[in-house]
Amino acid sequence: MARVVLDHVTKRFGDVTAVDDLSLEVEDREFLVLLGPSGCGKSTALRMIAGLESLTEGRIAIGDRVVNDVEPKDRDIAMVFQSYALYPHMSVARNIEFPLRSRKVPEPERGPLVQEAARALGLTDLLDRKPAQVSGGQRQRVALARAIVRRPAAFLMDEPLSNLDAKLRVQTRAELIELQRRLDATVIYVTHDQVEAMTMGHRIAIMNDGVLQQVGPPQSVYERPANLFVARFIGAPPMNTIQGRVLGEGDDTVLATPGGRIPVPAGLGAAARTASTGEVVVGVRPEHLEVDPDGPLEAQVAVIESLGHERHVVCRIGDEPLVIVRQAADEPRPAEGSALRLRAAVDGIHLFDAATGARLEAQA
Amino acid sequence: MATEFVVHGITVTEADRRAAQRRVVRRRVGAVARYALLTVLAIVVLFPIYITIVNSLLSPSQIAARPPVLFPTDPTWGAYADAWNQGSMSRYLVNSVIVTTLIVVAQIVTATLAAYAFAFLEFPFKRTLFLVFLATLMVPFEVTIITNLTTVVNLGWYNTYAGLAVPFLATGFGAFLLRQAFLGVPGDLRDAAALDGYGHLRFMVRVAVPLARPAMAALAVFSFLGAWNQYLWPLIVTKDARYRTLQIGLRQLRATSIDQVNVTFAGVVIAALPLLILLVIFQKQLVRGLTAGAVKG
Amino acid sequence: MTATRFWNRRRREAGLGYLMLAPSLLVFSVFVFYPFLRNFYLGFFRTPPFPGLPQRYVGFDQYREVLTSSYFTNSMRVTVLFALLTVPTGIILGLLLAMLANQQLRGIGWYRTIFSSTVATSVAVASVIFGTLLNPQVGLLPWLGISTTPSILENPKYALLAVAVTTIWQNLGLSFIVMSSGLQAIPDEIIEASEVDGAGSGLRFFRVTLPLLSPTVFFAVVVGSIVAFQSFGQIDLLTQGGPLQKTNVLTYAIYTALRGEQNEGKAAVLSVALFLVTLVLTIAQMRILERRVHYGD
Repeated sequence: MARVVLDHVTKRFGDVTAVDDLSLEVEDREFLVLLGPSGCGKSTALRMIAGLESLTEGRIAIGDRVVNDVEPKDRDIAMVFQSYALYPHMSVARNIEFPLRSRKVPEPERGPLVQEAARALGLTDLLDRKPAQVSGGQRQRVALARAIVRRPAAFLMDEPLSNLDAKLRVQTRAELIELQRRLDATVIYVTHDQVEAMTMGHRIAIMNDGVLQQVGPPQSVYERPANLFVARFIGAPPMNTIQGRVLGEGDDTVLATPGGRIPVPAGLGAAARTASTGEVVVGVRPEHLEVDPDGPLEAQVAVIESLGHERHVVCRIGDEPLVIVRQAADEPRPAEGSALRLRAAVDGIHLFDAATGARLEAQA
Repeated sequence: MATEFVVHGITVTEADRRAAQRRVVRRRVGAVARYALLTVLAIVVLFPIYITIVNSLLSPSQIAARPPVLFPTDPTWGAYADAWNQGSMSRYLVNSVIVTTLIVVAQIVTATLAAYAFAFLEFPFKRTLFLVFLATLMVPFEVTIITNLTTVVNLGWYNTYAGLAVPFLATGFGAFLLRQAFLGVPGDLRDAAALDGYGHLRFMVRVAVPLARPAMAALAVFSFLGAWNQYLWPLIVTKDARYRTLQIGLRQLRATSIDQVNVTFAGVVIAALPLLILLVIFQKQLVRGLTAGAVKG
Repeated sequence: MTATRFWNRRRREAGLGYLMLAPSLLVFSVFVFYPFLRNFYLGFFRTPPFPGLPQRYVGFDQYREVLTSSYFTNSMRVTVLFALLTVPTGIILGLLLAMLANQQLRGIGWYRTIFSSTVATSVAVASVIFGTLLNPQVGLLPWLGISTTPSILENPKYALLAVAVTTIWQNLGLSFIVMSSGLQAIPDEIIEASEVDGAGSGLRFFRVTLPLLSPTVFFAVVVGSIVAFQSFGQIDLLTQGGPLQKTNVLTYAIYTALRGEQNEGKAAVLSVALFLVTLVLTIAQMRILERRVHYGD
């Protein structure tokens, strides 16, 4: 196992910049998730690590080698493709064996290695079947077996779960995490699903439009998003955002929102005043809002979504996009269409510059 | 020498850099070699066509010159005039156009009607009749020429456009191809059309045919090529320049201008040019028409 | 749809259905099935040496005579040899060009156009070009300073080879297009997976690309063989069956019997032989080769 380093990596296709000055270090044995919406450059970055795409600028190193011009086969990596890319004309056993054959591993050694990989993924009964004769989930595991049979320095996975149905996806997610822990493997995992990212990664690297937005462990990305994009992307249901104007000075800083004035603690107030245009976006996660008759925010209930163990109260504040409040099932249920007041927990308030989207931090 | 630079704790030594440079050089040399091979093969493939065009523009004395003239610095177009007029290439071209148009139009019409019936209608013996259509693909043309010649002669169509075109007015392959395309029309569309009161004719013209356009274009290309390039049948069924098609006309031209290579080659260019132009314009349909059936096996 | 509605619909649409099939069926009956069947029948009658005399029924005698003649066995041999020369070579060359032109190089589109260009040439065009180039007086070889006696097309040792080369060149464009389509149908991700798995180009080609290309190759072999057995134009234009019958393929023998000797009976027997040989070959190919074709999922 080894670490992977991206140093100011840029990829341009003609006029389009797919990856813009990406610098990232994946530690040895780390499960790093590259997360982002379609077209954000995460797959391109992965392909550059694999050697399937050339770099326009920058360097990539695997282990202790700079591998910019090294062929994919010499980079000591294995890749699991979104569509699995199994060889349709070969049996499962042959598919798993292929990387060993390619590297001229002597024949007597190949059999046991294939058996071991098959056993690790529960495929021993399927070894003689062709890919077309096994289910989607099993095909995915064949792709994984083919990847692990060689014990490469790093595993690259490109949205491997997206072709599975929801139930299988949850099950396979757990299996993948367990596999990584068992093999102590370095994994770079690309996905657009933030639930996968949050549950699987040691760290998440979020990208948008080719630019790296934030890198960090799931919990810190969740609790301290570096900008508005990350704030809205991570978390389900997503973070609520409300426009606000900064008023007042020092200890009396207040944010004027369409629903009313929210007081902010002094430290955060100073940060708020650094906003370039005096406008901020207030972010509050649904679990940090509560219904409080003395609360500062006026809202009107639009819809109530009942999920059994909890309730989502979807409200309207002025003309803003809908705001969701999470309530435990045992709290009193508001009436649809009624007006109520909300309070935001003080440590649940995030402030972002309305113009740049950057997080406004309290100075230490 | 120690380190060149340090990247996140990875040292890149001089040796590494040289290795990387070697890799880049190797890649560039590989690319040059590939281009060289491609160019050589391209020249080999184009060579006969190139010679043809060049020689059609040379005068007879230039053609006999040694060392050979490789580029027409002083092109003479006389050969083309000869081929066109005395060589009757103009007439042959017209004949080919007429016969090919007849065949292509007829094949598209009959194949569309038959394919529509197979795809959208129910009637007794439908499956058997479809097998009959497919069976025509199994009968090689040579087996039918003897009797077809007699038939055409008896009908008085020897050495006429009718005689040239009539045996090819229908196509089993075309019916098969279009039936596949029609079967791809979603059933919902048919139901919606029926609700709107569309009769079969209207449905065929307004819905089915437009939706099957790629297959129809492919069939058109396929029929066109088949009709245009026909050789054996026109050879047997025509006897003079009035009705000879382009391919047979070329045969005639070569015989009459055996000493004038430039005229022969000019005739070749005239014969090949229409196809070349059409295929440049309709490249995509061409590929589809030629590979219909190839990739799926 | 209920059962009664189905059967009513069948009766209602029968009229329209048959009407739409009628034009095709008419053409097929007169120009495909009737001639096909009549051909067998014609083989039973010996054609008189002078027109006007009646044909004589001889049962299977004529079949026996013609099919055991050395003329026929020579023709069969030449036809098979011709197919062996042109079909595998054409496929291999087409595949080679397709692989070379499948790379991501700048300007590769031009090479692709050049490699497909011969699809615009007909058999007549290609044969006249090569025939003129190989002409001992005015052709290419004297042009290059090489003199051959006798000329290649009149040399019993090389004539068939020359015709084969002409045919291969003419078919190169089509072969390239078909193989390219097959190559492009292979999903990129599978090739990329084999690159990551460590396969060098040799292993990648033989264990991944070729098996996935096998449906296309199979199609090319089957159709190519049928076309090779039906080749006529190039023989007629280049060698007329000679020298010394060394290029007398079956189709040309049929033509000679029909037009040259005016011997319908003999021509009928030969065309029956052609049909049976083609049928047997195609069935054999389907049985033996299709087993080795890997159809992807």
